[in-house]
Amino acid sequence: MNLEAKALDIRKDIIELIYSAGCGHIGGDLSVTDILVDLYYKQMNVDPNKMDDPNRDRFVLSKGHSVEALYCVLADRGFFDKKELFDTYSKHLSKYIGHPNNKINGVEMNTGSLGHGLSVAVGMAMAGKMDKRDYRVYAVMGDGEMAEGSNWEAITAGAHYGLDNLTAFVDRNRLQISGTTEEVMTADDQEERWAAFGWNVISIPGNNMEAIDNAVEEAKKTKGKPTVIIANTTKGCGVSFIENKAAWHHKVPTEAEYQQALKELDERRAQL
Amino acid sequence: MNKIANKQVINDVLLEESAKDKDIIVLCSDSRGSAGMKSYAEQRPEQFVEVGIAEQNLVGISAGLAACGKKPFAVSPASFLSTRSMEQAKVDVAYSNTNVKLIGISGGVSYGALGMTHHSATDIATMGSMPNMRVYLPSDRFQTEALIKSVLKDEKPAYIRIGRNAVEDVYEDGNVPFELDKATLVKDGTDVTIIACGELVGDAKAAAEELSGKGISARVLDMYCVKPIDKDAIIKAAKETKLIVTVEEHTMYGGMGSMVAQITAANAPVKVVNLTLPDAPVVTGKSREIFKYYGLDAEGIVKTVTEQL
Repeated sequence: MNLEAKALDIRKDIIELIYSAGCGHIGGDLSVTDILVDLYYKQMNVDPNKMDDPNRDRFVLSKGHSVEALYCVLADRGFFDKKELFDTYSKHLSKYIGHPNNKINGVEMNTGSLGHGLSVAVGMAMAGKMDKRDYRVYAVMGDGEMAEGSNWEAITAGAHYGLDNLTAFVDRNRLQISGTTEEVMTADDQEERWAAFGWNVISIPGNNMEAIDNAVEEAKKTKGKPTVIIANTTKGCGVSFIENKAAWHHKVPTEAEYQQALKELDERRAQL
Repeated sequence: MNKIANKQVINDVLLEESAKDKDIIVLCSDSRGSAGMKSYAEQRPEQFVEVGIAEQNLVGISAGLAACGKKPFAVSPASFLSTRSMEQAKVDVAYSNTNVKLIGISGGVSYGALGMTHHSATDIATMGSMPNMRVYLPSDRFQTEALIKSVLKDEKPAYIRIGRNAVEDVYEDGNVPFELDKATLVKDGTDVTIIACGELVGDAKAAAEELSGKGISARVLDMYCVKPIDKDAIIKAAKETKLIVTVEEHTMYGGMGSMVAQITAANAPVKVVNLTLPDAPVVTGKSREIFKYYGLDAEGIVKTVTEQL
């Protein structure tokens, strides 16, 4: 499978979903898309029809507001009906709410309040060690989220228990709702912080599929400690006028912007 | 005088059951000593997780374990468990519907003179307000044993609060009436119903005996199941007795008494008097001294009943 092409198709779905629903966290969706595509189409052992398999890999979207990206990936991978998602997302009585909901096939854990996902992932990784299963656990966090103190409790415990079956991603897009991460609350020394807590740290260009995949492979080979992949991403990646604009944290495109976004993504797709 | 604390019973039940069920996991936040879980930790190192002084992580990890089929018991002082990790209890446990049993130890004002930081006089309100979170305050060691054995059989979230020290037996060994989510009728009566939970059930029972000598027939309900509360037993009491007095080691708002009043008001209006801790930091003292000061002990209950009836 051409993962780059898949990532562009997922981006188009995200734009479509947010435009039709009139809500969504577009910037973070587009920055995290490549990570999700590598995990769900290449790396993770997950089968839509076997979500009760105790050996399946586990995924927790700690930055739960990027749910549109996750839903689009899950729908495309057949975890649920894509039409149902698009028809009901965020609408009255829908189960497809604006943060991950574990009543939906494929969603392991409810998230949305930041600073929760990594602790849960630590517990999942511990359970894997206890049961001597070889599944892996992935958690995707936002960089703004790294200001949450609870994360550092989880980071401490992950290293303390040597959870080498756990891989965390930090979607380091450098923007949060109020501005740059450096203006809001310093986050620029992520690599040093995680390393100081005892994690294996890999820093990569986070919208580069090959770099993501190589980092995940390296994490799988790293023994005795968990790995964090600091994915240096571009918020809004793939759509020129959305990229690197804090205002696009959860802005909804106008019809003209929607058309322009799809056009740009189609052009990129054609160049592959 | 019973010398076995409820927490010791929990340790013993989990120690016994975990030998047969390898999915039972106990987690502590540097609290294995105060939780009475030392022997469990020593004898079940593979089924024990220490998370350090990090209650948010304690509950988050528990939820992750539960999501992978484990049966975690997160055992930590009720004061911290019910407030510091309240959001993890809400999101990772109640909302995500994970099979996590939160055990709040040294609950209520057990820590006495250590002050309000260590008191959990608001835990019924905080934990009970969350959809899908059950709240239990068992009275004595026998009921605690029955409760733990019962919740081990289900896969739903629960918060269980117990006190620090041994309390007088309410029931007798071998004669412990227990049905999950049904109040236990400790003593029947026709004039007044005293509804109590946790450590104060013993006082309610003693008060009823004293009232009997004064010619007042008091019913005593052990409402260990604060949520889901036993609505039928409350309505029955409201219809059959002239007064309901509730007694709890909790502040006045959002506690067991509030729930009783809510149910009677809508279904069978009767006078309901709530005996509670104040909406303020409590006075310094040991549990028994604090209960006496605020009229929650047997003497205080008798006084309230005779004044209000």
